[in-house]
Amino acid sequence: MIEYRDRVAIEWNLNMIYGENRDAIEEKRTFPDGNTDRITCCRHLKSEALKKTLSGQWPRFRMDHSLRKYVPDESRTPYTGVIAGVRADEEGSRSKERYFSPRDSENSWDVGDQPPEFWNQFKTDFAPGTHVRIHPLLDWTELNVWEYIGRENIPLVSLYFNRGNGTRYRSLGCFPCTTPIESEAATVSEIIAELADGRLSSVAERSGRAQDREDGGGLETLRRDGYM
Amino acid sequence: MNIVIIGHVDHGKSTVIGRLLADTGSLPEGRLESVKESCRRNAKPFEYAFLLDALKDEQSQGITIDTARCFFRSDFRDYIIIDAPGHIEFLKNMITGASRAEAALLVIDAREGIQENSKRHGHMAAMLGIRQVTVLVNKMDLVDYREEVFSDLRDEYTAYLRHLDLTPLSFIPVSARDGENIAEHSLRMPWYSGHTVLRQLDLFRSAEDASGAHFRFPVQDIYKFTGSNDDRRIVAGTVLAGSIEVGENVVFQPSGKQSVIRSVESFNTPSKRSAGAGQAAGFTLETQLYIRPGEIMLKVSEPSCEVGSRFRANVFWLGRAPLVKGREYKLKVGTARVAVKLAEINNTLDSSDLVFSRSKQQLDCRDVGECIFETVRPVAFDTVSTNEATGRFVVVDNYEIAGGGIILENLSSGQTPLQRHISERERHWEYGMVRLSEREHANGHRAKFILFTGSRGSGKRSLAKQLEQELFSRKLHVYYLGLAALEHGLDADLGYHEDHADERLRRIGELARILTDTGLIFIAVADDADDYAIEVLRQLNAPNEVLVVAVGDHLLSRFSPDLQIPAGTDDSAAVERLNGMLATREIIADYHI
Repeated sequence: MIEYRDRVAIEWNLNMIYGENRDAIEEKRTFPDGNTDRITCCRHLKSEALKKTLSGQWPRFRMDHSLRKYVPDESRTPYTGVIAGVRADEEGSRSKERYFSPRDSENSWDVGDQPPEFWNQFKTDFAPGTHVRIHPLLDWTELNVWEYIGRENIPLVSLYFNRGNGTRYRSLGCFPCTTPIESEAATVSEIIAELADGRLSSVAERSGRAQDREDGGGLETLRRDGYM
Repeated sequence: MNIVIIGHVDHGKSTVIGRLLADTGSLPEGRLESVKESCRRNAKPFEYAFLLDALKDEQSQGITIDTARCFFRSDFRDYIIIDAPGHIEFLKNMITGASRAEAALLVIDAREGIQENSKRHGHMAAMLGIRQVTVLVNKMDLVDYREEVFSDLRDEYTAYLRHLDLTPLSFIPVSARDGENIAEHSLRMPWYSGHTVLRQLDLFRSAEDASGAHFRFPVQDIYKFTGSNDDRRIVAGTVLAGSIEVGENVVFQPSGKQSVIRSVESFNTPSKRSAGAGQAAGFTLETQLYIRPGEIMLKVSEPSCEVGSRFRANVFWLGRAPLVKGREYKLKVGTARVAVKLAEINNTLDSSDLVFSRSKQQLDCRDVGECIFETVRPVAFDTVSTNEATGRFVVVDNYEIAGGGIILENLSSGQTPLQRHISERERHWEYGMVRLSEREHANGHRAKFILFTGSRGSGKRSLAKQLEQELFSRKLHVYYLGLAALEHGLDADLGYHEDHADERLRRIGELARILTDTGLIFIAVADDADDYAIEVLRQLNAPNEVLVVAVGDHLLSRFSPDLQIPAGTDDSAAVERLNGMLATREIIADYHI
């Protein structure tokens, strides 16, 4: 996935920035290292890393296209918004999202008190200091996404496709918390056919993502805390 | 198709959905397992409702706290079912959910009958313009599937909804828990011969295809890529209704500017000849126009939209603070954003206790009211009966969407709010003993507001200062003011935000009114002033007068400048022309020249 990210960034001349929880990785405070449970691992490597990278508290790395590699980013300016691809049909807590979702300075989400959205009018006025998540694909389905990928010829990670062993990843996350599904689909059009004919309708899209199953509501717990 | 399901707390909405998902085989295996597992661990019996109430909060409180969407498909089509919370605390979530719906299922408990929320939700559906409503009389198992319970409820609720001009398409007796009349006809209610819920869903008509309606394109932004040597100005937005082709004549409202579509632009695709309802599109025009985001682009060949600054509307209010007269809010209609005030309240309905009033002076949270609003500048819109998408608006109070509404009527004839403001101001103006005509006589020149405009870099600022110098050296009373500096003085409270453009303009006009009344020749420069800005300044400066000098390219079309100086004119030649104009207009007495 990282190889794919960097290849596309270079090919399309994207202003690519990444951040990470270097301390947690170096100190092996992760689930694969056997030192935390899954949820805590997600919190360290994803929620915390995202929060601190957006706020500029932790170092950021930017793709330098002349060197074709990442260099430390001088800018520490906090980002005030994130555009994310979460969709309502993925999972219970995401179905409660708004198109424009304000978060407080800690990035936490008050599910019970969200601004109303009327018709095509969204909350686009924010007090200084608000952080906003924008979810333009909220009402897309998994099938819509694949149809769009097919129509626009979007290059993808090969992990999404069956590469001869009868399995493919339907949702991508970290090793070892992500498992593939059984599928023969090896191309975008085969995946579209697989989704359209209902073969997968009884399997949740994120069923291969182990953190969702923790503690009766793992993703919900994570998302209140800033997970995408 | 988007369907919203609404009803009183505990009348069984989530159970209906859970059952629909299960009976159509639309349930992801993972979901069912995880919910059953969670029930087992917490030692409670599995209920279909738990499938929807996936959030931990909800399971502990037993109520849906937000609008959950779930997706399922019948043999006929795909559905998004929006589960709207019944609890009154979550009204804004219910409205968020319901406003996306093309049809509604209203759920009523057969045993409890019509409750407060059943009535309120009827109002909301009517208010949001959901015209297809089916009522599910649920929990028929608890009333022994008796027909008279069903028919009494149907008659009572039909009568209530009739007050709201809402006629349900159908009533269906169901037991969601047992799946009676959900996907299959119930054997326990042989007296019912109507459709099952699933069949009724398939019978709802999809939202009227907006492509047949009149073309409506609210302008979201003007894209320029000048950095990459691209001189296109692309008018960007989403086509809300109708369709348009290259070569058609278009008009922008409220400015009234006209042009012709030159091209339909889109990113990374072959060029197109037309664009229709639902498409995000960009257009280039045959002539270069200065258009503001918020205007609506229409076809010249079709009936125009409404333009005005006063309208009657139904609004429901969800703000923490009440909607009151005199306070300034922000109106968002189409892509326009404009300051707005509540002018009048015709009537209100408290959606909590359903008390109707003709005398309330404010709208409290959860009130629905018929009101009259006034915007500080004219906006383009439609009445909701003409075009829904441009007939709906929201009111923003202090960053929050506090209310939403539908426009019923344009009331913009008569005085504009600006005209009323000015006549009020003039009525209260207190003069000293010296009249302006006496000052002008003593000064030997007329008082005047001279406004320079033109595109950036046209040299108008330096010219304005030269004029001041020239007139001053001839002992005239003249004063040049750089308007940009107001940001740190007179306008310091406004901050730099596009929304305050109208207020900034008003203050310039008020300032000009005062300065010209002292007998001054007041000189100022405005980059890119358009017809609207000039008209507002002219009105605000009245009874004194404005002279407009355009240097180089300018944006005026309806309003012609008093003097036009080509870009690149030598400063001394330009000052000479200005002098000439001041003389011929008898602003400066002969002996001064």
